[in-house]
Amino acid sequence: MLFLNRRGTFRGGTHVPMHKETSDMATVTMDLPAKVRIPMQQHLGAPCIPTVAKGDKVKAGQIIGSSDKYVSAPVHSGVSGTVTAVNPIMYAGGCEVMTVEIETDGLQETHESVKPHSPADKDDFIRIISGSGLVGLGGAGFPEHVKLKPPAGLEVDTLIVNAAECEPYITSDFREMIENSTDIAEGVRLLLDIMGYKKAIIGIEDNKPKAIDLMKKTFSGNEKVSVESLKSIYPQGAEKMLIYSLTGRKVPQGKLPSEVGVIVMNVTTVSFIAKYLRTGMPLVGKRVTVVGNAVSKPGNVYALIGTSISDVINACGGFSIQPMKVITGGPMMGAAQFSLETPVTKTTNDILVFDEKEAILPAESPCIRCGRCVDVCPIGLLPLYINLHTLRKNIDELVKFNPCDCIECGSCSYVCPAKRKLVQSIRLGKVMVRNVALKAKTTGPA
Amino acid sequence: MEALKILKKAGNTDLDINLEKNLVVSPSPHITGTSSTSKIMRDVIIALSPAAAAGIYYFGYRAALVIAVTVAACILSEYISCKVLKKANTVSDLSAVVTGILLALNLTPSIPLWIAAVGGVVAIVIVKQVFGGIGQNFMNPALAARVIMIVSWPEAMTRWIDPGTDAVSAATPLAIIKKGAEITEAARPVYFDLFIGNIAGCIGETSVAALLAGGIYLLIRKVISYEIPLTYIGTVALMTWVLGGGTLFSGDFIYHILGGGLFIGAFFMATDYTTSPITYKGRLIMGVGCGLLTSLIRLYTGYPEGVSFSILIMNITVPLIDRYTIPVPFGGSKRSA
Repeated sequence: MLFLNRRGTFRGGTHVPMHKETSDMATVTMDLPAKVRIPMQQHLGAPCIPTVAKGDKVKAGQIIGSSDKYVSAPVHSGVSGTVTAVNPIMYAGGCEVMTVEIETDGLQETHESVKPHSPADKDDFIRIISGSGLVGLGGAGFPEHVKLKPPAGLEVDTLIVNAAECEPYITSDFREMIENSTDIAEGVRLLLDIMGYKKAIIGIEDNKPKAIDLMKKTFSGNEKVSVESLKSIYPQGAEKMLIYSLTGRKVPQGKLPSEVGVIVMNVTTVSFIAKYLRTGMPLVGKRVTVVGNAVSKPGNVYALIGTSISDVINACGGFSIQPMKVITGGPMMGAAQFSLETPVTKTTNDILVFDEKEAILPAESPCIRCGRCVDVCPIGLLPLYINLHTLRKNIDELVKFNPCDCIECGSCSYVCPAKRKLVQSIRLGKVMVRNVALKAKTTGPA
Repeated sequence: MEALKILKKAGNTDLDINLEKNLVVSPSPHITGTSSTSKIMRDVIIALSPAAAAGIYYFGYRAALVIAVTVAACILSEYISCKVLKKANTVSDLSAVVTGILLALNLTPSIPLWIAAVGGVVAIVIVKQVFGGIGQNFMNPALAARVIMIVSWPEAMTRWIDPGTDAVSAATPLAIIKKGAEITEAARPVYFDLFIGNIAGCIGETSVAALLAGGIYLLIRKVISYEIPLTYIGTVALMTWVLGGGTLFSGDFIYHILGGGLFIGAFFMATDYTTSPITYKGRLIMGVGCGLLTSLIRLYTGYPEGVSFSILIMNITVPLIDRYTIPVPFGGSKRSA
């Protein structure tokens, strides 16, 4: 049945230079930093409230922030030491986030709450996962326990393990597959057994044959699990695209994957579940690919959450030349950082440092209506018109072009020969449309 | 402070200590592809060169002169317009060069050079720059200029010459069949001459072989897509086959698609980015629309040729076509907002 549905790709998309030079670089665990700064919001949903205060002693694995809201994920300390500050700090998103600063004591004592878990049933499993602080590690950061519990009336039958890693430069998921295949196997087994999913599909872009071979070997003989090679085209790893490529199912506009009976989990997320049940150590660290022209020794490092970018880069030999742009995440969807003090968070999978030549993008010129943005848009939007009506602030026209469906993959801006800031303006257009909708809601119809 | 430590550790004293202040912060994406407007225009120029070369081969140095004059007029007009309108200069994007070549290829080789120059100025200044420059004109500049010239200097614009001769008044293939029975079969060029371009006509429209080579180049380079050329030529073939003869289904459609300006129109004019629809469905409508109009003009009006008028008429419907062919987004229901 899977064979009939199999497509291996989606309509649109674009080829971007992959730069996976760090593929063969095994993960190196960083030395303990002198201090960590852990933000209370590293996920989609409600921010956490700090549960520790200045002067408190904390241990590794201890919870330091939690929320009573359902769509949220607790935050833990990965170090033992003393809380030196709890204050709001502004990050690249432009918002201030309450942040707990901890000075490490070098002892790395483990907190008493850290102990292995053996879930009794589905609900117990979800409860355990919600305590782990786990969020989608691919970059979006959606709390996993929320994903595991689809809205009433919807049944999930298929687990899709996202190992596409379609963003250039990043190799952290690839390294997870190479280094921790047994954890991935155990994670998939747990999810199938406990959650009762009928099958699992592991989707990997065909530019990673080594990972495909290894995963096929790992899951050989397991009828419920298939390892599928996907066409290497950006944004293959985007949730909606991936689901379509692997199952032929289309997630309806504005709906979640559970609507079509699918749950998508990043490969490192799946692997973490196995590790967590085994050790009880919550999500306190992350493999980060450190790469770019301005980095002395690019590679993959395991960094504790809260470690500053400068400490991570230090661990990779510092800067080799003047850095001009520091990006967390990939070059297509990552965020440019204004401070090297910014900490590694749960969703950081890459630190990319550009030199001057790479950092300065060419200036915009007039749209020539070539239609390349239309050809590459995986959602089938007309980015040029969204750009036009956003810049004209013509909201009545703007809504006709469905800006809110945009997944912000950046393909349109990438291919534009006139170098127009298409996706950038679509983000603005989305806000304009939502503000108008919000206004209409609060004031009611005239 | 931390940044300083990194720099020291790197042992590199050339680095700026105000490192963080100099960081570029911008929204994603942080990389861009290699395509550019001038590269696309360069591809179009390359694609037009076989047709231009064929024109020069058949009609001699005078054809080269006409091309040189219109290109120069277009570049100069673009430069001066941008200066006067105080806009960033767009000469380097090569779009004015493309307009110049296209205009020349749509002129008879016997055209007085001053008229050719005026045409170039009209194309750039009136049709393109006055409406906002590249990407903003609602009609194809070269075609609109050509039609203005036909109306202004009807005689000079239709003084055709036979290949290899000078100023011998000849009739174009389409004019020959327009006159129908009065013309003997012997006056009709054979298909092969139509294909290679050994006939009377505009400088660049006669050689179907050269145009096809350029068109295929554009398709391979993904500068244009197949929808408009295919549906345009297909519709003309079908219409002239069904309605072009004495009885139904007896028209000489091969003669119709090879004679006249259909190939240059279908591959180089109707596909003009600014004045063709952006959507897939829209492009199909554009091609079929151009094909219907061209066939109707050729078969039922006083004009032997209708490519220019058809494309210009369809040009002005493009905003409407785009509006009614907005695609349904991924996962959307048939009717969206």
